[in-house]
Amino acid sequence: MTGVLATARTVPDVLVFIASAAIILGGAVGVVASKNPVHSALNLIATLIGIALAFVEQQANFLAAVQIIVYAGAIVILFLFVIMFLGVDRNESIRLEPLSGQRPLAVGAVAVVTGGLIALMAAGGWYSGATSVIAPTDPSNDVGALGKVIFTSYLFAFEATALLLIIAVVGAVLLARRPPASLDAVPRADEHAVAAGEELT
Amino acid sequence: MTIPAAWYLIVSALLFGIGATGVLVRRNALVMFMCIELMLNAANLALVTFARVLHDVGGQATVFFVLVVAAAEVTVGLGIVVAIFRKRHSAIVDDLHELQG
Repeated sequence: MTGVLATARTVPDVLVFIASAAIILGGAVGVVASKNPVHSALNLIATLIGIALAFVEQQANFLAAVQIIVYAGAIVILFLFVIMFLGVDRNESIRLEPLSGQRPLAVGAVAVVTGGLIALMAAGGWYSGATSVIAPTDPSNDVGALGKVIFTSYLFAFEATALLLIIAVVGAVLLARRPPASLDAVPRADEHAVAAGEELT
Repeated sequence: MTIPAAWYLIVSALLFGIGATGVLVRRNALVMFMCIELMLNAANLALVTFARVLHDVGGQATVFFVLVVAAAEVTVGLGIVVAIFRKRHSAIVDDLHELQG
């Protein structure tokens, strides 16, 4: 399969690519432009499903399934849960610009950086380097190839993610826990301290 | 199957740009988190594309680890947002100016 750029494309491939790119970019614009955070989260699901489509198209079937299950199924649900839990689903005043001129400046800077990135990649021939350094991909058995490499070459990283997940769980529990002082008989003192702090600012 | 890598890399770069714009422009901490997820997904798309064109499963393994790190990051990040909301009753980052002199 050398010379990937030179081989012929079939019409369905191009159609699937165009559909996935439209879903990805449309959803991303929706995330940024929606006033309501709930709409942003729903647009994020569209983007994630588009990414999963692009993964399937590139023979990363296992990652596409994980993308749907972990991202769309767990992370976005967590986002929606927090949005509903906090009750922040009211509209943000998106027209208001706290820093005058910051918004066009940000868009301009990002446009320059993204354009430069694409130009650099085009100038560099898009990709280079040795092929099949860790292990070759296997389009017919991508789960097997991925599992073999995760439990051999990437074993240390895999164990580190286990540690990371434990730290994340403990950290989330600690952060979300109410301070024990508010359950005691002295919740007032805590509130007064906060109020005094607000007056000082 | 035989879409050039360039097409996917351009989509990935545009997705990263949109995500970066969102982080810079939006003021809601939750939406900023979603935009960070967009940027992570742009990196994932580029990694899977490189894994395909270089025939190296290492790119896909990296995506796997990025997914794990993203899940951990969202858990802790949303925990921080909830903790701040309890104290300040707002998820708008402009309201967090307690360190202002």
